[in-house]
Amino acid sequence: MALNITVEFLGGLDVTFNKQRVWQLSVPIPQDKGQVTMEDLINYIVNTMIADKNSVGDFVEDGTVRPGILTLINDTDWELEGEGAYVLEKGDVISFTSTLHGG
Amino acid sequence: MSYTPPTDPTNKQPVKLSQLCEICHSRKAIIRRPKNLQKICKLCFYHVFETEIHNTIVSTKLFYPGETVAVGASGGKDSTVLAYIMKLLNERHHYGINIVLLSVDEGIVGYRDDSLATVKRNQKQYNLPLEIVSYKELYNWTMDEIVEIVGIRNSCTYCGVLRRQALDRGANKLGIKHVVTGHNADDMAETVLMNILRGDVARLEKSTAILTESNGSPIKRSKPFKYMYQKEIVLYAHYKKLDYFSTECTYAPEAFRGTAREYMKNLEAIRPSCIIDIIHSGENLVLKPKQAKKKTTVKKSTANKNKIQNENTEDNKQVFVDGNRCERCGYLSSNKICKACILLEGLEMNRPKVNVSNAHEDSEDGAAKNLRTLERLHF
Ligand code: SF4
Ligand SMILES: [Zn+2]
Ligand SMILES: [Zn+2]
Repeated sequence: MALNITVEFLGGLDVTFNKQRVWQLSVPIPQDKGQVTMEDLINYIVNTMIADKNSVGDFVEDGTVRPGILTLINDTDWELEGEGAYVLEKGDVISFTSTLHGG
Repeated sequence: MSYTPPTDPTNKQPVKLSQLCEICHSRKAIIRRPKNLQKICKLCFYHVFETEIHNTIVSTKLFYPGETVAVGASGGKDSTVLAYIMKLLNERHHYGINIVLLSVDEGIVGYRDDSLATVKRNQKQYNLPLEIVSYKELYNWTMDEIVEIVGIRNSCTYCGVLRRQALDRGANKLGIKHVVTGHNADDMAETVLMNILRGDVARLEKSTAILTESNGSPIKRSKPFKYMYQKEIVLYAHYKKLDYFSTECTYAPEAFRGTAREYMKNLEAIRPSCIIDIIHSGENLVLKPKQAKKKTTVKKSTANKNKIQNENTEDNKQVFVDGNRCERCGYLSSNKICKACILLEGLEMNRPKVNVSNAHEDSEDGAAKNLRTLERLHF
C-alpha cells in the first residue's frame, strides 16, 4: 500500500533534490500503522530523496524541517495543521519553500 | 528558463470552527502571522500585508506625487514582491509615482543570466519600464573576471561596492533620485545584530533608517519592506504565484553573514516577534556624540553649497551629504577617490588586497578587517 501525494521543493530548495521542483510520490504506508504522518514523510524524504548525505542539513535540523524553510500542507502553514503529527491524505500537496536562498 | 508556478492543492476538507480566520471569521486560516500570532485566511493576509506596507509608506512620507522611483530589481523574491506591491499600491492609493525597474548585471555567468531573464519576465508581467546597467559597461570588468583575480573569498566585497555605485549611476542616467530596495525586517534585524556585535554605532543608526541619503550619493534609498517579515514576503509570492528567481550566486557568501542569518531564524522559531524587537532595539540605541557630529557634517556641506533638504526632521530620515567628487571618475564621493575607483585601480595593477576602509577603522587589519569591510559593503 502506498499513498500518492505531491511534494514541492521551492524557493531554491530544489537544488538539494536534483533540481526537481515538483515530485509525485508514492509513500509506502506501514502495515502496522496504516497511515503516514508528516514526520514519516520527512524521514522518507531524508532517507530516499537526498542523494548527497552532506546536504541533509539543508533540509532538516534537529529532526525537523530546518528553520527558514516554510512548510505548507495544501497551502496552509503546517503550524496550523499539527506539524509532524498531521496525517497525510491521498492527493495532498506538500510544499517546502526556502526563505534562505537567493535574494 | 521559464516559470513553474506552485501546484494548486485540490484536497478540500470541511473547515472546523477552530480553524476559522481571526479577522473575517468566515474562511479557513492558512497562516499564523509571525508578528502577532494571529491566524488569518489568504484574503485577509493579502489585505493586512498590503495595508501595512501602505501605512509604512504613508506614515514616513516616502514618496511625493510625480516622483519617479526606481525599484532595484534582482529577480529575487524580495525585489519581485516589491515591484508587484509598489505597482499595486500606486494604483490603489494614487501615490502618483512613476515606477521603473532598475537591474544590475554583475556579469556572473549562469547566475545573472537566469535572474535577468526573470527580471525581463517581470517587466512584461507588471508592464513597467526596465533599465539594466552592467559592470562590464560601467567598469569594463565582469564579476567573473574580477573573481579570477581576487578570488571567491573577496568577491562580495568588490561586488557590493560596484553594485551600489552601479545602482546610483543607473538611476542617475534615468534622472531618478530615489531607489527603493527589497530589504526586509529580517535583513534589517540581521544587520542590527551584526552592528551590535561589532560595536559599530555609526552603522547601527543608519541601518534602521527607512530612508537614507548617504556617502555623497545624490540618490536616496529607501526600504518599504522595513517591517515586513521574510516569511510573509515569501508566502505572499507563493500564494500570488509571483515569478521569482532563487538560485544562489556562484560566489555566494560567506560564513559570517550566514551564521547571523541562521541565528536569527532560530530565534524566530522560538519567538517570532524577536525580529521586530531587534529592529526596535536598533532604532532606540542612539549615542549622543553622534548627534553633534551629524550637525557639523550638515553645516560643512551647507558651506559647500550643497542642497540640503531641511524638511528632513523626522528621526528616521538622515542626511549624510558631502560634496566631493571622485578625482578619477568624477562621481560623487565622500573620499578623494571613490571606493569603486580604488578597487578598480587595484584590479588593473593585478593587486588583489586593496584597502577600502574608512579612516576610523585603520587600527585594524588582517582577516577581521576584511570581514568587517565585506559585511558593511554587502547590502
Ligand atoms: S553573492 Fe557576492 S558576488 Fe554574488 S551577487 Fe551577491 S555580492 Fe555579488
Ligand atoms: Zn479572513
Ligand atoms: Zn571614482
